[in-house]
Amino acid sequence: MAGHKEVDAVTGVETTGHVWDGDLKELNKPLPKWWLYVLYATIVWSIGYWVVYPAWPLVDGYTRGMIGYSQRNEVTKDIVAAKEAQAKFVAAIAERTPAEIEKDSDLMEFVLRGGATQFGNNCAPCHGRGAQGFKGYPNLNDDDWLWGGSIEAIEQTIRNGIRSGHADSHESAMPRFGIDQILTPAQISDTAAFVLSLSGTSGDAAAIERGKVVFEEQCVACHGPEGKGTVEMGAPNLTDGIWLYGGQKADIEETIRTGRGGVMPAWAGKLDPVTIKMLAIYVHALGGGQ
Amino acid sequence: MTQMDPVSTFIHEEPSEAAPGVQRIDVDAVSSKERRSYYASRQRIYPKRARGTFRTIKWVVMAVTLGIYYLLPWIRWHRGPGLPDQAFLLDFANQRLFFGPIEIWPQELYFITGILIISALGLFLVTSLAGRMWCGYTCPQTVWTDLMIAVERFWQGDRNARIRLDQSPWTFDKIWKKTATHISWLLIGVATGGVLVFYFRDAPTLARELMTGEAPIVAYVFMGIFAISTYLLGGIAREQVCIYMCPWPRIQAAMFDQDSLLVSYRDYRGEPRGPHKKGQSWLNRGDCVDCKACVAVCPMGIDIRDGAQLECIQCALCIDACDDIMGKVGRPRGLIAYESFHNMEAPSEADRKPVRFVRPRTVLYSVLIALVLGIMGWAWVMRAPVEISVIEDRNPLFVKLSDGGIRNGYTLKILNKTHVEQRFSVRVEGIAGAEMAIVGQTHGERDVTVAADVVRALKIYVSVPRDVEAELSASSTPVRFVVTDATTGEEVIRDTAFRSPGR
Ligand code: SF4
Ligand code: SF4
Repeated sequence: MAGHKEVDAVTGVETTGHVWDGDLKELNKPLPKWWLYVLYATIVWSIGYWVVYPAWPLVDGYTRGMIGYSQRNEVTKDIVAAKEAQAKFVAAIAERTPAEIEKDSDLMEFVLRGGATQFGNNCAPCHGRGAQGFKGYPNLNDDDWLWGGSIEAIEQTIRNGIRSGHADSHESAMPRFGIDQILTPAQISDTAAFVLSLSGTSGDAAAIERGKVVFEEQCVACHGPEGKGTVEMGAPNLTDGIWLYGGQKADIEETIRTGRGGVMPAWAGKLDPVTIKMLAIYVHALGGGQ
Repeated sequence: MTQMDPVSTFIHEEPSEAAPGVQRIDVDAVSSKERRSYYASRQRIYPKRARGTFRTIKWVVMAVTLGIYYLLPWIRWHRGPGLPDQAFLLDFANQRLFFGPIEIWPQELYFITGILIISALGLFLVTSLAGRMWCGYTCPQTVWTDLMIAVERFWQGDRNARIRLDQSPWTFDKIWKKTATHISWLLIGVATGGVLVFYFRDAPTLARELMTGEAPIVAYVFMGIFAISTYLLGGIAREQVCIYMCPWPRIQAAMFDQDSLLVSYRDYRGEPRGPHKKGQSWLNRGDCVDCKACVAVCPMGIDIRDGAQLECIQCALCIDACDDIMGKVGRPRGLIAYESFHNMEAPSEADRKPVRFVRPRTVLYSVLIALVLGIMGWAWVMRAPVEISVIEDRNPLFVKLSDGGIRNGYTLKILNKTHVEQRFSVRVEGIAGAEMAIVGQTHGERDVTVAADVVRALKIYVSVPRDVEAELSASSTPVRFVVTDATTGEEVIRDTAFRSPGR
């Protein structure tokens, strides 16, 4: 392989002396000098870099560098700076009533944007990114509220939760009419037919008649004589055609049988009061607030 | 190493006389075919100073183009309170481009596209008429290289002095001359980069910030990038950029035809070339005295007598050089001149034709330019000072209300491009009985105000009661938002859809 120096006839340039495949040779064209010097300069630079910045991993850490730079610190600083920038809004939200906040368009802008972000971080897993809800998790865009749709009511619900175990949680339990054998399956079926008829869904007239009797005995206490519900007890309005657990007859029978009893966590303690207030205003502004 | 010493190749024969009073310059065309080996190292070109018509034109063009570049950001233009008073400003922070009376919003960026298309077509037209005019006179690479060479000549002298300086050992004299040259180049670079950033931020403010060190970091970064690239491209790389980096020399050949005027050596007149002795007859010989003045002035290091070449930027300096010589030897000027391929190939003087400027190619380019200009002009005149867009809520598509009705949400954006506050009235059409509510307005209030120069986004809910919804035949019903200008009564309409569960 390597051997005597040879000059290529065509170009007049020395070859590297290597021959491949019998006749392939390579011209010896060294890197331009400036290129080489740039390489040396980068090596020198990197030594300076090791001294100044964190560089080498050690057994229990890493070399920290002279100026004590760390990306974690930078992030902390950024967060502090962002908090400072938000401070005047946060203070205003803390001390003003929702009605006052709604009047201040700048502040409202901050609340709605911040509320959207917080909703995405905390609420969207159950209620959906667009607050459209799923079976068992209410749609927050509509005007049907189990525990009240004013900003204050929404704020209270977020703070204390529903059947959350929090001391001030919304509590109510619909009896498990089927499981606890309060009603027979036939009665449940009749009651479901009656309940459906409240929102205009027709059914077997005789069953509805029988269901009405059961309803008047068992259900009016919470849902009211006309089935319009009671906000104090979180008892839903049965006449509006909006169903948390589905509006098919089978869904309603299942609800009567098991009592459902969905849970929403209490956010007090997890989120600060200002964030909860922002969320309440945001949810209220989704279009259905009262 | 077998590389050729880039300098020693120039001095290899005794200077001789090409004609009475005309020295033959000892120069080889660096970029000639024989010497343009793939493996050759770069050889330095030492362009000699040229004097004459085209050199004068080039000085003027340099003064004008550099003057425009350096001075434009300082022109003021009063637009009213709250608006920048810089005539030419690319205000990316506020998403506005200002060109004197013209103000461009982000959604109107197609005007910039139009300007670029017109520029490209203009370039095609000029190239088909007279070759690489752009390269020879106005390309920034040419202009700045020209400037850098002038600076180099100021410190180090003309061609011969520079060759001698490069060959001499490193004396104090050489060191300071070289240092002065490079420092001057760098200063020109800094000024160039510095001016660039003035186009992006109010110039007087930024100048003050730059002095006090308060300017945004990007300003310094871009100044640095442009300073270094001006220094490298104009001072160091020079002809290498045109020969190896620029795509335009490769593309331009597609715009030439038989009638394009190119800087050419009229070989039918010049050959056979050779030195001319005093009193010798000009019969049976060419006018070229082989003095090589044309090669010495060429910034690209080519010999135009070899014919049209990729490297030639058509700067016409060789025309000046040769005209000077022709004057001295008493022959007509124009041995090297702007000439068409057609006439270069003409068998005799009698077959020459006047150059046709109106030809299918030039007509086509002109028509295209006129067309794009027309479209742009029309778009500009029709440009609405108020624009509206509607975005439907997608998640959820619709919301069922407790009374059985259906509600849709929309975001309506009103762009007020005028410099005064405007009032509008909003209504929705398409479904009788549909109710509209604008978030943040008292119930039933349809009038909104949009401040000067802003985009206002309105959240709008449209609800359709149960009985009306029951009549809707499809899950998507066309509706339209009508926005009426309260002062002029003009209406802007945007079509959209109302979504419902459907049948
Ligand atoms: S073309 Fe003109 S400048 Fe060039 S060598 Fe001939 S006489 Fe001299
Ligand atoms: S050949 Fe003439 S026109 Fe072409 S680059 Fe050289 S001096 Fe300029």
